[in-house]
Amino acid sequence: MELLLLIFLPLAGAIVTSFIKGGSAKVSALLFSLLSLCVTIGMLTQFKPDASTQFALNYTWIPQLGINFNVGVDGISMITVILTNVLMPLIILASFKHDYKNSNAFYALILFMQTGLILVFVALDAFLFYIGWEAALIPVYFICAMWGGKDRIKVNMKFFVYTIAGSLFMLLGIIYLYLQNPSNNFDINAFYALKLDSYHQGWVFWAFFIAFAIKMPIFPFHTWQPDTYTEAPTTGTMLLSGIMLKMGIYGVVRWLLPIVPQGVNDWACLALILSVIGIVYASIIAFKQKNAKRLVAYSSIGHVGLIAAGIFTLTTQGLQGTMVQMLSHGVNVIGLFFVLDIISSQLKTNKIEELGGLAKVAPQLAITFLIIVLGTVALPGTNGFVGEFLLLYSVYTHNIWMGAIAGLTIIFGAVYMLRMYQRVMLGTTNELTLTFTDIKGTEKIVLYTICVLIVVMGVYPKPILHLSEASVQQLLDQVNQKLTGVN
Amino acid sequence: MNIIITIAVSALVVLYAGLFKAKKALLPLTILGLLVALGFAASAWGTNATYFGMMQMDNFALAFSSITIIGTLFIFLLTQNYFAKDSENVAEYFTLILFALTGMIIMVSYQNMAMLFVGLEIMSVSLYILAGIRKLNFASNEASLKYFLMGAFSTGFLLFGIALIYGATGSFDITVIQQNLVNNVKSVSPLFYPGIILMMIGLCFKVGAAPFHFWTPDVYEGSPSLITAFMSTVVKTAGFAAFLRLFAGAFEPLHDFWMPALMVIVIITLCVGNITALYQKNFKRMLAYSSISHAGYLLFSLVVLTANSASNVLVYAAAYTFASIIAFAILILVKQKTGSDSIESFNGLGKRNPLAAFSLTVAMLSLAGIPLTAGFIGKYLMFLNVMENYQTALVVIAILNALVGFYYYFKVIIAVWFKDGEEVELNTPMQYKLVLVLSVIVTLLLGVYPSIILNLI
Repeated sequence: MELLLLIFLPLAGAIVTSFIKGGSAKVSALLFSLLSLCVTIGMLTQFKPDASTQFALNYTWIPQLGINFNVGVDGISMITVILTNVLMPLIILASFKHDYKNSNAFYALILFMQTGLILVFVALDAFLFYIGWEAALIPVYFICAMWGGKDRIKVNMKFFVYTIAGSLFMLLGIIYLYLQNPSNNFDINAFYALKLDSYHQGWVFWAFFIAFAIKMPIFPFHTWQPDTYTEAPTTGTMLLSGIMLKMGIYGVVRWLLPIVPQGVNDWACLALILSVIGIVYASIIAFKQKNAKRLVAYSSIGHVGLIAAGIFTLTTQGLQGTMVQMLSHGVNVIGLFFVLDIISSQLKTNKIEELGGLAKVAPQLAITFLIIVLGTVALPGTNGFVGEFLLLYSVYTHNIWMGAIAGLTIIFGAVYMLRMYQRVMLGTTNELTLTFTDIKGTEKIVLYTICVLIVVMGVYPKPILHLSEASVQQLLDQVNQKLTGVN
Repeated sequence: MNIIITIAVSALVVLYAGLFKAKKALLPLTILGLLVALGFAASAWGTNATYFGMMQMDNFALAFSSITIIGTLFIFLLTQNYFAKDSENVAEYFTLILFALTGMIIMVSYQNMAMLFVGLEIMSVSLYILAGIRKLNFASNEASLKYFLMGAFSTGFLLFGIALIYGATGSFDITVIQQNLVNNVKSVSPLFYPGIILMMIGLCFKVGAAPFHFWTPDVYEGSPSLITAFMSTVVKTAGFAAFLRLFAGAFEPLHDFWMPALMVIVIITLCVGNITALYQKNFKRMLAYSSISHAGYLLFSLVVLTANSASNVLVYAAAYTFASIIAFAILILVKQKTGSDSIESFNGLGKRNPLAAFSLTVAMLSLAGIPLTAGFIGKYLMFLNVMENYQTALVVIAILNALVGFYYYFKVIIAVWFKDGEEVELNTPMQYKLVLVLSVIVTLLLGVYPSIILNLI
């Protein structure tokens, strides 16, 4: 029952919001996202952190095609559900200061996307998963292409065609699995039980992997990302980077590893290498960026690369690190983009060289920004540290050299982030930056919340780790069991 | 049978109503006739009546009859003020469309190949006139002549094929032909092979599959938009039903023989339709090419014959019909206002006309095959069917084509929502609103809950 609320509350919100004219649309959207958050908290209090699937619901949907409305939550899903429903109110609140044209459509699309996202994270039916996957894409495409910057149409077309290409191949993989399944349905457990030979597992692996790799994005499927992040309205960037890319990560964990473990095992090495290349490549390019928003976009590719690398080590540390880092990265990256949005909406620029000395005129922004940057560069005591430590550890135990390269780039990351901070916030003010005024109102609420989350999750990450531990362990056991069974 | 009689009679009644200048009564009379016919179709469900060995009103025929009747009904609702500006005698338009519909009902229910020919000709002759009904318009005349020449040519192929098959079996009855093939699996008469190929070519002409598609863009562009809408939705559906009846029924035992030929046709159709559509600046021409590509997807169900082929075609055809009707309805409205049917004239439509823009978006998403719209279910069924038979390479080609499709359908969405243009406000008559709302509801309903139509036949 709670899950139905979780899925359809945002949808109801989207419909209601689309009919509200003028400024109250955003209030309505915020209200609905807070309601979702309350439901999530309610679920969290009842949630038992063991490996079982909870709040499960199973209705027949399209019986002729073996499609069921089959949803449920385990520790891994819970993390992503929390991520979505905690970030949504923040993202909506963060867009309060903007006066978007047709704001009712804007906020309705955000809520509609939330429904898609939640569907992706709770679906236990592959078809339903696919529906959610696309239902999350269409609204964000509209958000980015409608309210974005100058080049929005071209850039978003690229983004859209890229992602939809990936998902069509995923659909192919899903249909293939369905046809192999003797019970003629899309049930995830039936898919887990399939015994495919290693050749076919390889094909299915690629069909799914390309979709997930494009979404995250992993090098070399990332070329849509920097442009899209830069051209999108900040709300769109936050949705894409904070939540949407986790769909790819979640997909790998939930659908790729347990269904085709042999395929993963055969290709994990390549995936790992691609991920590590991605980390290095993104860090180097981030270093050279003149535009702060682009810099953050590239840094995001680097962070996601590390997450992907951690997953493909197939270790408990890697997956647990992924879980924590999904949350941390979501919180941190929307913090970063929000700060840059505050700057650009006042000064109309995100060029690093045109900024400087903002700390003098805006001390509160400087402090919150610093905390977020420190979280991003994974300073011990911040949320970034826990995840990155676990991830690096897993990569290191897998292969020392890869661990070393990935580790070096973390240092790189610290360098370019701090250098950006230094050049934007410190130094002398110029004519432009003198006009800057400090954060106030909703900006304060959002940034303070993010800072609190960063510190609390950094100092006391245990509840999060505990939440997903049993599920992750079970998933890995399943994978190993199947691997030894096949060999 | 009742269906055919009802439609034919209402065609005549409408003609006489026109003669006696009862202009106001035309549309209500037509709609009444169609609703009665629809009622007959519904009440005959499951009865499987045969008429003189010539027609078989099985569920297949009834389902396709219903969808063509509903499609025609929608087209009629869009006639408001449309024909009146061309001509004083609106009744002849109504009558011709109804006659074409009569032909189509015969086409979807024939049991005897002579009836296939008769139905096809009744439909085609009406359409030749309808395409050229703007007597003083150059493009309309060109469309009519082209359509007529090509149509006559393809009918020749079809007839020749029928004659050869008759030579092989001594019968026009499709069940007898099928039986003949089943009985002589080892020694199939050699006349069958050219016969089947000729009939395939003839029917491919009619449904506009490449490489027999060259008439489509010019005819679609030159004809009045509403007639184009009629041709590309209802007529196409009927064409596919006729195709399916013959090839999934009578010629099914020789599937291995004609499948490769059809597969080549499908691949060419998909690629030509989609890639050419990509370069169109004119919305109507783009829809023409997109209709070619959809013919390709529909033909999948013949390449891979399963028990669900007919049902899949029904779903796909329904999805395609309703989405296209929306597209054409809005094209007509935009053209009335701006005088142009280029994609550019859609720029900025979303600002002033939320209903039209929203419906057009849903239509484009459905044509592109985005989940939660009917078009996705249609495409999904086709892909599933092909995958089931391990034709994975074919599905990959289809997927690449679907990607190209996204690109040009989204060009329209981009124009509507993201581009700035003259902010024209369309005057949308009540009946247009009704058609738009109903089509959107059907499109979304079939996308979210397709169970209502799946496995109907």
